[in-house]
Amino acid sequence: MADGTSVPANVIVGGAPALRRTGSLKLLGKRRSTVAFLMCLPLILMIATLVIYPAFYAIYLSMLNKKMTQFVGLGNFAFLLKRNTFQLVIFQSCLFAITAVIAKAVLGFIMAHLMHNIPGKTQRIWRGLLLVPWVIPLAMSTLTWWWMFDPSYSAFNWVLNQFGIASVPWLGVGWIARICTITVNVWYGTPFFMIMYLAALKSVPEQLYEAAAIDGASTIQKLFFVTLPMMRNIISITVLFSLIVTFADFDIVRILTSGGPQDMTHIFATYAFQIGIQSGDIPLGAADSLFMFPILAIAAFVILRGVNRRTREIAA
Amino acid sequence: MSATTMSATGAMHARRRSLHRQRAWALWGSYAALAVFVLMFLVPPLYTIATSLKTSAEIGAETGSPWYPHHPTLANFWYLITYPNFQRYYLNSVIVTVLTVAISMVIAVLAAFSLARMGFFGSKMLSTGVFLTYLIPPSLLFLPLFQIMGWVHLINSYWCLVLLYPTLAVPFCTWIMIGYFSSIPKELDEAALIDGAGYLQMLWRIFIPVAMPGIIAATIFAFTVSWGSFLYPLAYLYTSNQMVLTVGIVSDLIRGDVFEWGRIMAANLLASLPPILIYAFLMDYYVAGLTAGATKG
Repeated sequence: MADGTSVPANVIVGGAPALRRTGSLKLLGKRRSTVAFLMCLPLILMIATLVIYPAFYAIYLSMLNKKMTQFVGLGNFAFLLKRNTFQLVIFQSCLFAITAVIAKAVLGFIMAHLMHNIPGKTQRIWRGLLLVPWVIPLAMSTLTWWWMFDPSYSAFNWVLNQFGIASVPWLGVGWIARICTITVNVWYGTPFFMIMYLAALKSVPEQLYEAAAIDGASTIQKLFFVTLPMMRNIISITVLFSLIVTFADFDIVRILTSGGPQDMTHIFATYAFQIGIQSGDIPLGAADSLFMFPILAIAAFVILRGVNRRTREIAA
Repeated sequence: MSATTMSATGAMHARRRSLHRQRAWALWGSYAALAVFVLMFLVPPLYTIATSLKTSAEIGAETGSPWYPHHPTLANFWYLITYPNFQRYYLNSVIVTVLTVAISMVIAVLAAFSLARMGFFGSKMLSTGVFLTYLIPPSLLFLPLFQIMGWVHLINSYWCLVLLYPTLAVPFCTWIMIGYFSSIPKELDEAALIDGAGYLQMLWRIFIPVAMPGIIAATIFAFTVSWGSFLYPLAYLYTSNQMVLTVGIVSDLIRGDVFEWGRIMAANLLASLPPILIYAFLMDYYVAGLTAGATKG
């Protein structure tokens, strides 16, 4: 670093002829970008070897047979698509992600508004309490949910029994199990939406509400014509981001149901785990994972556009 | 004339009072609704605590309310603290997390400084690439990575986690740090350059101290990712001397059909303790970093 510093000193103090000056500036620029590149090198190497290479390898892998000795082209994809279980997986993944994200977005929005109403000091305590679900490692809290859904002596069934209602086999019946997995995801993810929305709400200028109030806007009109337009970008970024994470979720379904009953709760990730790791058909599992890619790519593209627009707005 | 003024001020007073009352109602309504939400959202953690204080016999008896321990005891915690396997999982988790956080932060801070301040051919593209990498979920690539970890003989070794977790943590940490570094005024580094500081010196002496809130937020993120991940350890580790907490608890305390729920919940609490403590003290930094990451980019 030491010799790098002598150059700017020359440029500034020396007052050298114009030619030499541009030359040393160029040299400085060159050295600067070399140092910059070297500082990024660990990141580049990491992404190249552990993200980009595995991504291409996944595509290659998905075109091999189970023993990985023969190239089968798109055979695995065709096989999966024809399989009844996999059609269930596609349906359940979409149902799981869309329902959960909508529920999280609505609940998070309501909670953020309530939170915005109360004064700052107490707000911190309430926020802290509501963030607890999101702070506990998901695999751990899902264990608790599993125990609460226990069919014989569980928390929920005991309450139902007190009211004279028969026990519910929470995770034993397809549609109930589906709703249970979605519930756990909503419980875990809502706090994230809440803090994102709360930050967005705080950034809406108060004058806009005052202007709307002077124009005689009702609370609902303020919500639709001031709050929502101002938050549009953050809402879309948060929703799409959550869509990716929820779509690719693994922990909840794996721990609660392992995909059962009758494969009705399997989503892409858990199904890939079952056929790839447990049944040892890695190529087929890789093909299953790759089905997630188009949806992730579309969401990522839209998020990136939103983030860039947001960056420009802030810069302007 | 005076009468109308009087009535006008009277009406204004009345209106102000009703506004005041409306606001008070809105406040109390918000408190009430939030209380309901908090109660709903805290049921699982509270139930975890209740169960962890019960003996296996009490859980097995299946009588009375399961919502509170009838004979609270710390036996489950004591069992776990003295249980060698559990100690092993805890230690492994700590080792993996500390190394992941250290590696991730070094990579992320260096890269963020370079991308935010110095730039080189293609650095804009790299920033975008980093953001896209952040959007790749672990469940997309875990099978090819299983093969690759097999080639380097890291299957069933927690070192594979030390190698792989940074790929999950670094992109977002870099993203947060780029935001924080960019917000530091340019005059500061010009002054440092004139005073004869090199780039690394500049980073160490000026940027890191000034961007400390960002560093804390990024560190918490790396910690969270590494402490709580479930898929990689479940897929790559299978003997108990290599397992970390998340998978250790699931696979060790559940043997066949025997569920030691009291112990599982106690283990659950012990495993959740470090994140809860960290968030309790540093929540504000993390929330600021997270929301800035999405809002400022």
